[in-house]
Amino acid sequence: MNLLFYLSAVVALITTLLVITRTNAVHALLYLIVSLLAVALIFFSLGAPFVAALEVIIYAGAIMVLFIFVIMMLNLGGRAAKQECLWLRPGIWKGPALLCGIMAAELIYFFLSGHARISAGGVVQPKEIGIALFGPYALGVELASMLLLSGLVGAYHLGRPEKQ
Amino acid sequence: MIATVPLEHGLILAAALFALGLTGVLVRRNIVFMLMSVEIMLNSVGLAFIVAGARWGQVDGQVMFVFILTMAAAEVSVGLALVILLYHRFKTLDADAASIMKG
Repeated sequence: MNLLFYLSAVVALITTLLVITRTNAVHALLYLIVSLLAVALIFFSLGAPFVAALEVIIYAGAIMVLFIFVIMMLNLGGRAAKQECLWLRPGIWKGPALLCGIMAAELIYFFLSGHARISAGGVVQPKEIGIALFGPYALGVELASMLLLSGLVGAYHLGRPEKQ
Repeated sequence: MIATVPLEHGLILAAALFALGLTGVLVRRNIVFMLMSVEIMLNSVGLAFIVAGARWGQVDGQVMFVFILTMAAAEVSVGLALVILLYHRFKTLDADAASIMKG
């Protein structure tokens, strides 16, 4: 399991470095998603499977989809078609595919090695997180809901059509 | 079964990811890349929480990560709305285009 941690850490560092050095926003997003998946695998190896699932679903799923929406919206225009052709080249998928392959191998190794059914000992179950969230951290949950509401109102306010 | 890496290695990884995100914010001028770098920084802070929570076997680190996730979602929705507004007003994603304030 230590190998899983260190391998994922190396993948996360490489992909994060690639994110901040890309010039094409979609390439950077692709690497950012791989980086988030690597961090999710680190969480998994540290005995936090619930948070690993949240990382994949919310970070790599929902938040990155928002980024992709915005980038696709802003790329409208004459250059868009040319850029689409460039993106469809098979070459640019090699890097993320290789790094994803490393993590897929780790996951397969993890499940084949017989440790997939962890009973106890260090793994924090989702039930405990739920009890903590709605017990001592109930105020924090309320504040988070207020924050999400204000984010919703703020995004709606900024995105409304401007009056002429 | 559970990784038994030293606490320091996890924290060093979190610090390295945070430094990379900070570098991204400082170096890039494209506002979409700056937002992505902010996401990297938030994620690395969450990693630090998880590592510390795993070290002591407590649930609080993961609870904090859930809060960070909520905050990141709210931040990115407002941030991307601002990106669209900036693009419509200045026809560019360069953050320096909006360096002059009104008033």
